[in-house]
Amino acid sequence: METTHRPIVVPAARAPAPGNEPGPPAEPLIKTEALALHYGQTQALKNISMEIRERMVTAFIGPSGCGKSTLLRCFNRMNDLIHNVRTTGQIRIAGQDINHADVDVIELRKRVGMVFQRSNPFPKSIYENIAYALRLHGTRARSRLADIVERSLRQAALWEEVKDRLHTSALSLSGGQQQRLCIARAIAIQPEILLMDEPASALDPIATARIEDLILDLKKEFTIVIVTHNMQQAARISDHTAFFYLGDLIEMNATSTIFTNPSMKQTEDYVTGRFG
Amino acid sequence: MGLQRGHRARPLEWLVERGIFLVSLSAILMIFLIFLFVGREALPIFFGRTNSSLVQETIPVDKLDSIPKPKLKEYLGLTDSELAGLDRETLQELMALKIEGAQQAPKDKDADVNTTAWRYLLKPHQWTGYDRAEFIWQPVSQIHKYNIIPLVIGSLKATLVALMFAVPLALGAAIYVSQLAGPRTKEWLKPTIELLAGIPSVVLGFFSLIVLATVMQNLFGYQSRLNAFVAGIALGLAIIPVVFSIAEDALSSVPRSYTQAALALGSSRWQAAWKIVLPAAIPGVFAAVALGFGRGIGETMVVLMASGNASIVSWSVFDSTRTMTATIAAELAETVFGGHHYRMLFMIGTLLFVVTFLSNLAGDLIIHRLKGRLEGKR
Amino acid sequence: MPTASSSVPSQGSDRKDLSRPFRKSSLDVASFVFGGLTGLATLLILAILAIILGNIIWHGWAGFSWRFVTSGTSQGMFDVDQAGVLPMILGTTARVMLMTLFVLPIGVITAVYLTEYASSTSLFTRIIRGAVNNLAGVPSIVFGLFGLGFFINFIGGGIDEFLLPNRPEPVWGKPAIFWASLTLAVMTLPVVIVATEESLKAILPGLREASLALGATKLETIVMIVIPQAMPGILTGGILAVSRAAGEVAPILFTGAAYYMASLPRALTDQFMDLGYHVFILSTQSPDIERTRPILYATVLVLLLLTLALNFVAILIRARMRRKMRVAAH
Repeated sequence: METTHRPIVVPAARAPAPGNEPGPPAEPLIKTEALALHYGQTQALKNISMEIRERMVTAFIGPSGCGKSTLLRCFNRMNDLIHNVRTTGQIRIAGQDINHADVDVIELRKRVGMVFQRSNPFPKSIYENIAYALRLHGTRARSRLADIVERSLRQAALWEEVKDRLHTSALSLSGGQQQRLCIARAIAIQPEILLMDEPASALDPIATARIEDLILDLKKEFTIVIVTHNMQQAARISDHTAFFYLGDLIEMNATSTIFTNPSMKQTEDYVTGRFG
Repeated sequence: MGLQRGHRARPLEWLVERGIFLVSLSAILMIFLIFLFVGREALPIFFGRTNSSLVQETIPVDKLDSIPKPKLKEYLGLTDSELAGLDRETLQELMALKIEGAQQAPKDKDADVNTTAWRYLLKPHQWTGYDRAEFIWQPVSQIHKYNIIPLVIGSLKATLVALMFAVPLALGAAIYVSQLAGPRTKEWLKPTIELLAGIPSVVLGFFSLIVLATVMQNLFGYQSRLNAFVAGIALGLAIIPVVFSIAEDALSSVPRSYTQAALALGSSRWQAAWKIVLPAAIPGVFAAVALGFGRGIGETMVVLMASGNASIVSWSVFDSTRTMTATIAAELAETVFGGHHYRMLFMIGTLLFVVTFLSNLAGDLIIHRLKGRLEGKR
Repeated sequence: MPTASSSVPSQGSDRKDLSRPFRKSSLDVASFVFGGLTGLATLLILAILAIILGNIIWHGWAGFSWRFVTSGTSQGMFDVDQAGVLPMILGTTARVMLMTLFVLPIGVITAVYLTEYASSTSLFTRIIRGAVNNLAGVPSIVFGLFGLGFFINFIGGGIDEFLLPNRPEPVWGKPAIFWASLTLAVMTLPVVIVATEESLKAILPGLREASLALGATKLETIVMIVIPQAMPGILTGGILAVSRAAGEVAPILFTGAAYYMASLPRALTDQFMDLGYHVFILSTQSPDIERTRPILYATVLVLLLLTLALNFVAILIRARMRRKMRVAAH
């Protein structure tokens, strides 16, 4: 089955042209309702209801342990891998309840890509890192693989740096390059949503700037949800920002509003650096 | 395109994962099968269903038709297919032979004794020609004597000598490597000591038979060149790496913070090791000894070659001795398949299995608890 | 090294005498004795190892020659000038290779189940682990009895009775290289499981997550990412199992080893001559131990080279793997 180039199917109407400011409300791509999550006895998320719109960058901010990463990992059900996790409430992506018993988590993860805090390229060549993802989903022809590898690396702004050494180990790349390779790998299979869990936290400022440029570029094609502890970063790249505190969603709004005119005291304290 | 392709979409994967699960049961299955099949051959002994007495009741030949088949089978010692394959005349001939054999039985007061009964396996008996009751293992003689006490004593003697030699050395080395040696030294020292485990036991047996036995005899000047002492020392060489590895592991798993706390209070390295680390790891040391015991009592080639193999009851370590394992190795090839000697050796095997199973279980449980405690899980 | 006494306030005075030098007050005898005793134990073990290896290499080298490892025993097993060990080398090699075919897949799959699927706390997993540990402690002679009782009498006898009922002689129901290899496979199963498990656990969890987040199934992740990463560990386990099995004699005494054979084994149901068993025969059955000593030592040397070389390779791979893991973890 050829899956890598299938059109992105979303039942709702397309959002307006890419790169827009938060515009008129469209049908949300991700919608959570009364979502709660427990690790054993500890409650990590409390009653989260939120909407995330298509082709925008949504940033999750908040102090450590506030549940922002946990929530992110709910969207592709990576929390399934952790023993003793219990979720209640609903998450709908493009209208479908992703925790429903009929949902195939593999299919979900194919359509909701993820980039991790720590770059985690496979100990294979640069080329094989991306080809692995493609082969998983049925692309086997060499020429198609080569095409998509190149396109993904170009999209991730890595092509010029690695085109002469595609078959060297991915571990020989610098930290920033490794993280861009992981992004290239994630977008190679054309997900609809890209989850990023503090993708630049382990990088130096220059590498961080490149990743941020890349995110702004990628939002033309993907819906991006990014967890960050860096408020300037959230302000620079996101359209919407959600602020979490101790497992609660305190406030969510257009980024400019959150940073200039928050409605909650806690949010104001946090964005002005009074705590956290 | 929905998300609902479901688990049913990957039946092959489901099947493979079931397969992985089934294969993972193989270790359990094997333990079970070992117990079952070694025990199975020994079962008649445990239930007292073997009879080794030389004088057995005979049935006159003309009664052939009146005795039921199963009894006839047992009487003549035939299998089902053998019985079916023989004609009447042959059967009569076999019965005649049986009577003839009974008439030629030795005129011995012990000839009608079933020597495989538990009483004769465990308690001393005054056999014809002996002036007092003794424990005797002598399967290949006119009267088959199967007293297992000499073998048990032999195994214990060799193993105890081995432990007394191996435990102090291995424990000392474990303390040195885990507590006192620098990381550089440790990196080569540990694998080097563990290299001892890589020497096949037949080579250790060879070495003690050819070299060690002579050296020891010259050193201590005892009578018999091969004895429990030599076997024990050789066995110790096989046990050292076992005890060392487990003890070193237990000592190393004591959190570094214990040592650091002790050092910060101004104690010296040895005080930290002796008073803090060793007490914390002491269950691991017991486990190491238990597992070393299991290894020692089950070791075959070393004792077969170095112990002298005389089945005498004696507490002197300088007497030649015969262990349970060596007995099986030396005698099984000469036994009649399915005969009482054959079954007796499987019975000893079953005993060995049970003893090592228990000592391993004990060692395993101790280590598990120790690790749980040190990692703060309990 | 500063000792405790210098930083503790001296008794009978309220003033802390901070000007006292950080010097050892006296020779620390206890430290000296303790370090000395444990160090001595370590040295003694090393010395024993060196003596054994030195003795065997020294005397073994004398009887060792190219002819010795390339000729057989057709002129008689105890003929010092003619006898060689080629059939034994081949027999031992064949039986361990055959064993590897069984033990590697089963051991690796069990380890995969234990690390990737089983919950580490469940009672069931504990039982499997307990069984693996116990299997490692079963005496080798009991494996021999098991091979005879189960493989030869039960399985082999069963094959003969039901599949080949008209043969006058047993075909499968007798000692054979196939049964010896299977017996050894059961014996070395824990070695492979433990080594594989160790290397599976050492893989960074990030790699598994990366693959799963790309929509790979668990099985795809295991086959394409986890197992290739664990390969050095699996290899180590395989080599250690081979090295352990190559030197074992007790389990094959009744399951396949032959005292003497005129020809090499040709079928799985043939018996074979074995290096370790040959060492046993030469040391205990020789008509003139003094005369046959050179070939005895040379045979031991060959066996030792085989097992220790394999062990050494396994240790090297493992050490390299551990160093790599440490680097990767930073």
